[in-house]
Amino acid sequence: MSLPALVEPAPELTVDEVRRYSRHLIIPDVGMDGQKRLKNAKVLCVGAGGLGSPALMYLAAAGVGTLGVIDFDVVDESNLQRQVIHGQSDIGRSKAESARETVKEINPYVDFRIHEEHLDSTNAMEIFADYDLIVDGTDNFPTRYLVNDACVLLGKPYVWGSIFRFDGQAAVFWAEHGPCYRCLYPEPPPPGMVPSCAEGGVLGVLCASVGSIQVTEAIKILTGIGDPLVGRLMIYDALEMSYRTVKVQKDPECPICGKNPTVTELIDYEEFCGVASTDAQEAALGSTISVTDLKEMMDRGENFYLVDVREPHEYEIVRIPGATLIPKDEIISGRALAQLPQDKPIVLHCKTGGRSAEALAALKSAGFSDASHVQGGVTAWAKQIDTSLPTY
Amino acid sequence: MKVVVNGTPHEFDEDATVATVVRSFTHAPSGVAVAVNDAVVSRGDWETTALHDDDRIEVLTAVQGG
Repeated sequence: MSLPALVEPAPELTVDEVRRYSRHLIIPDVGMDGQKRLKNAKVLCVGAGGLGSPALMYLAAAGVGTLGVIDFDVVDESNLQRQVIHGQSDIGRSKAESARETVKEINPYVDFRIHEEHLDSTNAMEIFADYDLIVDGTDNFPTRYLVNDACVLLGKPYVWGSIFRFDGQAAVFWAEHGPCYRCLYPEPPPPGMVPSCAEGGVLGVLCASVGSIQVTEAIKILTGIGDPLVGRLMIYDALEMSYRTVKVQKDPECPICGKNPTVTELIDYEEFCGVASTDAQEAALGSTISVTDLKEMMDRGENFYLVDVREPHEYEIVRIPGATLIPKDEIISGRALAQLPQDKPIVLHCKTGGRSAEALAALKSAGFSDASHVQGGVTAWAKQIDTSLPTY
Repeated sequence: MKVVVNGTPHEFDEDATVATVVRSFTHAPSGVAVAVNDAVVSRGDWETTALHDDDRIEVLTAVQGG
């Protein structure tokens, strides 16, 4: 399926622009016409992180005239393994500002706009309205459903990509011409079921593999060349080194782009995705201790059983002294319950407190009433109690 | 009936549907997409989509990373 170009051409290219973009101009399919369309195009990238880094850099280099980024985060050292738009000297700086500097160095002709705010249901429509196409590089489900819904309501193409460890998925969701994100995944997985990259890790270069697919699709749609990834899902497996596509049809029952839509305006996406499960929230209520509390309990010589619910390879990186490793799934499935003492309090911790809250809910429902979990996990321990320890 | 799920051969009853396969692979059907012979089957059609010998089934999980 080919589609007409999304953007009208700019009136002209300057002499400098002709020199800069010559390798595009001599491709017959792109040519002066395609390059002028890129110049006139306005693209918003949601997030200047793993996918946003290569996306913004290649969109800028390609000559997209107006490039926006929305990100309110700051650069952390652990970002640099994959977020190549930022560098060592950017640690602690705003990601949006850091991205602006890199883009300016790549292509000074780009009008770069930054939105340093949290994207939510109150501002998404207004921010998106100024752009022709949205590239998604966010790291969480609520924002992905928000971006999808805003794009459907505004009729804009949504160039989507997501990554985990060695696996990537990409697609163009465009309700006018094919399915949307909800047609593929009507709801997110239950909270705690699918780890984020911060919990599960991601091969840095995977960002480039998937981000470059997104940029390729953006360029094709803006200029009207080729066969866009509309109605198809690209599945990339870095370990097998395979790219495959499967067909995705519009779901007539889709709640936002189907025949009888029930979602007609933006909703509360944190609630929709149930960010922390209700069970976990209830279990954690009144049973959450700080790392300072934990240190005091240790210093007083209190008799309790400290359980680290992370995975073995995380335990290898850094651990709280005295903790016994029992991965969360072992607790939730019930397999590890027999290992736990009945006669003393149990304290659970993980990396930052999400998984330990899930495990706490399972323990409480299994009858372990004297159990608690550590807010902020081993990360808070390394930052507040023993700063010689690494964070990851 | 023999089908291939995520690259591995599996045996299912003759009346198996896409929903049967999903139930045998995951406890939580949300956040999952299923492709049969390279075409995604919409969630609402899982229960009524019958499987056939040698079907290639891909159970995909949504990931959030970016």
